[in-house]
Amino acid sequence: MEALLTPVFLSSLLTGMIVAGVPLLLAGLGEQMSEKAGVLNIGIEGMMLAGAYAGFWAAWALESIWLGFLGGIAGGVLVAIVMALLCIRIGLNQIVIGIGLTLGAEGLTALLHHFQFSRTYPRLPAPARVDIPLLTDLPVIGPSFFGRHPIVYLALAMVVVLAFAYRRTNLGLTLRAAGEKPAALDVAGGHVVLLRSAAVLFTGAMAGLGGAYLANVGAGTFIPFMTGGAGFIGIVLAMLARGRPLWVLIAALVFGAALSLTTALQVAGSNIPTDVIQMLPFAAVIVILVAFGRRARLPAALGLPYERGKR
Amino acid sequence: MSDAEADLESGELLHRPGALARYGPILLLTLGPILAALVCSSLILLAVGVDPLAYYGYVLRRGLLSGLGLSQSLTRTAPLLLLAAGLIVAFRAGIWNLGVDGQFLLGAVASAALAPAIHGLLPGWLVLLLGFALAGVVGALWSVLPALLKAYQGVNEIITTLMTTFLGISLANALVKLVFLDPGTTVPQTRTLPVPDRLPRLFDTTVSSGLIIGLIAVLAVHVAMNRTAFGLRLRTVGANVRAASHFGLSVPQLTVATFALSAGFAGLAGASEILGVNGNVRADWNPAYGLMVIPLVFLARFHGVATIALIFLYSVLLIGSESAARRLGVPQTFTLVLVASMLIFFGIAEHHLHHRMRKAG
Repeated sequence: MEALLTPVFLSSLLTGMIVAGVPLLLAGLGEQMSEKAGVLNIGIEGMMLAGAYAGFWAAWALESIWLGFLGGIAGGVLVAIVMALLCIRIGLNQIVIGIGLTLGAEGLTALLHHFQFSRTYPRLPAPARVDIPLLTDLPVIGPSFFGRHPIVYLALAMVVVLAFAYRRTNLGLTLRAAGEKPAALDVAGGHVVLLRSAAVLFTGAMAGLGGAYLANVGAGTFIPFMTGGAGFIGIVLAMLARGRPLWVLIAALVFGAALSLTTALQVAGSNIPTDVIQMLPFAAVIVILVAFGRRARLPAALGLPYERGKR
Repeated sequence: MSDAEADLESGELLHRPGALARYGPILLLTLGPILAALVCSSLILLAVGVDPLAYYGYVLRRGLLSGLGLSQSLTRTAPLLLLAAGLIVAFRAGIWNLGVDGQFLLGAVASAALAPAIHGLLPGWLVLLLGFALAGVVGALWSVLPALLKAYQGVNEIITTLMTTFLGISLANALVKLVFLDPGTTVPQTRTLPVPDRLPRLFDTTVSSGLIIGLIAVLAVHVAMNRTAFGLRLRTVGANVRAASHFGLSVPQLTVATFALSAGFAGLAGASEILGVNGNVRADWNPAYGLMVIPLVFLARFHGVATIALIFLYSVLLIGSESAARRLGVPQTFTLVLVASMLIFFGIAEHHLHHRMRKAG
């Protein structure tokens, strides 16, 4: 066991924790906004995948990783627009349409990938990193925490911004009203449909960015079905966090660590089968749900479409 | 969630109006979106440089019009029907069991672990029966945690079933590679049930009799949900949880029963694929039928016969597109696009119809 606690192992674990945790963090923060507004966004997996594809395509075609991230945001928002139109404007069932959008995005991105890239398999050059002077030179944690892609810092900044917005601004209160009692918000002069649509588009942007990070920074290429449930984990993170961005961050890092344990253990030469390790994060969630499930609180109007004048 | 559950129950999944006028519009409502989805996906095929008529023609010829293709399509129908039977029970009772893929795989592994081990010791029919029974029980057991959490703690089952499905897929893989590995082959897979000991074929065809099991399951669920007291109880819970408990129904018990039935059917679906077709589970095998069957069950509005028809069409599409992937170079994932667009058009169509009818008064 002590062989595991080498600097190499710890360093690759921490690095993996960040690389795997950031897309989850972005997805979780995005989903949290939707859920606060009363939309259970199951389509987030599809939004991530669309972001991964569009992000990779833009980065590859325009030869700029930054345009790639913008492309990723655009891809996620595109799916989110469909979701907003169908589930909020028209009021169709959020779970069914969410599953439909996820399946559609899976199929479409795999199809496009097949016709565009399956003969050449292009890869992006290794992304530029921002080294924070001095801190990057710290042993073990230095390169893991302080030598990362700028998107990592952007994601961390989003935690602070959102926490402030939810707690200290009118937006937080309005969102909560949309999720708890949309009729009351409507009476008070708020615009439920607009607010919920904006929340879903924000989710799409965050999920798309997370997907683009997976493709452009994590893998350096697009692989069909590459999100592998990351969006669904984002939903769980949002539910566990009970509306608090900081909790999303903590949970995302725990998940990221569990997900990256596989590679880290392989680096350390351990032969625990990957399938067993892959079960860890999901088992952890279930344990947490068994322990704290009763206290997990969701907005009262979550999943219910709002129609003015109905009851 | 009671209103969302009410939508589920009434079958008007995508909108929340009262009952629509029967049958006439429903046919239009089913065929219209299918046509729209075909047109929409044809445009996508055109965009990637494939002739849609040639593609759909090939899929139909291969999946429906050739003898081999048709029997493969009918065989493929079996696990999908069993999954659908389980989903209909859950959805009509207002429970979102999104964990069928994990339940399916663990059922498959359980039957693949048991059947080859006891074959030869017991008569063939008993081996198959025990294989199915174990798979059903294992599938049901895999839903116990989400069921108890939902029934007694009120934890949202969408989350717990999604988590248990990921957990179940990894667990199934680990079991295949670590516990039930066949020492006789170099391929990581379980021991194989010999072909003659698998589910018998129907008459002179190569269609597995799993098809009959699947058909019976869906029809039995249809009758049970619509014509029995138990079905009425489940539908009542699905329609309005509070009303159901005021009425004296034990909602937690019915919730657990719903989960057990739904997941049990998913386990049986896994067994039908192993005992009927594959004979073993290879490492990392995961056909992921579950999430695909969910939209189909909704498109069929939880109606047994409509479900059977749609699942048959989908099997034709699957088998046809599998060989189209080899021959025409269109990856099979295209079927996902087709079904997803069908679902979306279906939702829009129902919405429009609802509005027109409300305007007409």
